[in-house]
Amino acid sequence: MTAPTAVGPEVLGPTPDAVIDLREARKTYRTGDLEFEALRGVDLRIERGEYVAVVGPSGSGKSTLMNVLGCLDTLTSGTYRIAGDDVDDLDETDLASVRNEQIGFVFQQFNLLPSLSALRNVELPLVYRGVAPAARRARAVQALERVGLGDRTANRPGQLSGGQQQRVAVARALVGEPALVLADEPTGNLDSRSTADVLDLFDALHAAGRTIVLITHEHEVAERSRRVVRVLDGLITSDAPSGRAVTP
Amino acid sequence: MSWAETLATAWHAIRAHTMRSLLTVLGILIGIAAVILTVGLGLGTQKDVSEDISSLGSNLLIVTPGSSTDSSGVRGGFGSASTLTTADADALGSAVAVPDVAAVTAEKESSQSLEAGDANWTTTVTGVTGDWLGVRSRGLAAGEFVGDGSTDEVVLGPETATELFGSTNVVGRTVSIAGTTFDVVGVLEAAGSSTSTNLDDTAVVSMTAMTSGITGGADTSVSTIYLKADDTDAISAAYQEAQSLLLALHGTTSADAADFTIDSQDSLVSTATSVYRTLTVLLAGVAGLSLLVGGIGVMNIMLVSVTERTREIGLRKALGAPPGAIRRQFLTEASILGITGGLAGAGLGVLAAVTLPTVLDSSIVVSPVAVGGSLAVALAIGLVFGVYPAVRAARLAPIDALRSE
Repeated sequence: MTAPTAVGPEVLGPTPDAVIDLREARKTYRTGDLEFEALRGVDLRIERGEYVAVVGPSGSGKSTLMNVLGCLDTLTSGTYRIAGDDVDDLDETDLASVRNEQIGFVFQQFNLLPSLSALRNVELPLVYRGVAPAARRARAVQALERVGLGDRTANRPGQLSGGQQQRVAVARALVGEPALVLADEPTGNLDSRSTADVLDLFDALHAAGRTIVLITHEHEVAERSRRVVRVLDGLITSDAPSGRAVTP
Repeated sequence: MSWAETLATAWHAIRAHTMRSLLTVLGILIGIAAVILTVGLGLGTQKDVSEDISSLGSNLLIVTPGSSTDSSGVRGGFGSASTLTTADADALGSAVAVPDVAAVTAEKESSQSLEAGDANWTTTVTGVTGDWLGVRSRGLAAGEFVGDGSTDEVVLGPETATELFGSTNVVGRTVSIAGTTFDVVGVLEAAGSSTSTNLDDTAVVSMTAMTSGITGGADTSVSTIYLKADDTDAISAAYQEAQSLLLALHGTTSADAADFTIDSQDSLVSTATSVYRTLTVLLAGVAGLSLLVGGIGVMNIMLVSVTERTREIGLRKALGAPPGAIRRQFLTEASILGITGGLAGAGLGVLAAVTLPTVLDSSIVVSPVAVGGSLAVALAIGLVFGVYPAVRAARLAPIDALRSE
């Protein structure tokens, strides 16, 4: 059993085109007198158009990494730039607008609002961006068509299968044209058929030039990406092209 | 997020829990309706009382025996000391001593049994002097008034006449009062009943008939002297003149030592209404408490709603809702509950105010101030009691909120 060693990226200079530029990222949680270092100095650069899987066992810090990347949580120390914008000193309101404009979330639990139609769910990010109703609607319909649910706009989540719900969630993540699609265990609640559907969708998005970061503990899911970042004990222990990337 | 969007979202959330929302609204509704009703009932009673006092006549000063204990006109031992006499009334009738008094009448009341054939009826018999009809603003429906100094003439109130004879067409009939036979010379016009006395159930005789025939002896004391001033502006002067004349007649110089009390109608009205106003404020305060309880109900339900929707709040935040938008959404929800309760409560209160007087023997005045004020309070309750839950919702960290189950 060897202690994990940090693997840094080969390029350490400024990378203005990077969608994600995380340097010396540390995150410490305090519960009473107990301190827990979830991230212990992580450097991560992800360029536009990359399809990256972040893998690691539970407790490795990958969820914390995901929260930081998603601007849902802030660093204890280090810097984080998303699409060139520094987010370290932003307040809640500004962070909300960064999330709204730069990040599209896909969650394990889908997290659709059950009382709203698929269309209204997909519209939500645009509602908070202040897009006029007609334009919002048109873009939401377009996003739903893109995930193959153009005929289900009026259905509520309860009337859709798990796979369909996750596709609605992907449409919601895409509708705001974010710099980054951040998916947290997107297939964790799906059967194998729906998993394949959703992963095919990610492939298509990647082919269309989207930047995708996928957090997973499933090996098969990670293998669908082009680059696999392994996290263990708050450090990146390996960062390499996936098997798929080397064998086209 | 636009206001229309916020309103729609809030309305949607309220509709999602119809029963719970209705029960919350009910709390506000009851509070608002209670405030409107109690204030309306208080104002209605005030109005009834001041109408009663106005029914005595107009531009009146009322002289009663007994001393005044303070300047507000609250009397000690009302009518207990018979210090006013017919001589006082005669003196007050002098145009020289009291130029601002237009007319005077003295009353001496006694409860008597009236008999006419087989029928008998107990009522208030009033012996009067001077221009009783003019001062008390009464009229005759038939016949004429009792002659000054007559000993066997009586004028009956319409109800008394009906009780004794079965009709009001009774001029020329006779009734027996305390063993003396009286001719009915006239019947009073109906004046309606006030809450304190029935103005239509009475028998009026001359003061002479009262003192000699009915109460007997040489008792010249009277229960009340009414002075009618020329007009409203003359009331103050008439008060001064009457007071100095009576003080001189009774051999006292200090108004504090006077053995009589002079009240104007205005002072009676203000004394009576101030009592009812206090009562109204007290009742409205109790009703206000129920409104407060309703408000706490709103806060309770909003807190439940925030807890239940923690996940939704987290998701909305992850999708880019700033804390302000979340706060506004929950505040709007609480306000909608408050306003809905307020409107429904005002509707119910006004409806009850209109229908209840037909059942109860009391008028209810719907005060626009109470209605408007209650609506404003209902909105304020929604806002004030919504603030804490809304702030709590806005402060939720998106990750914690998303993880909650």
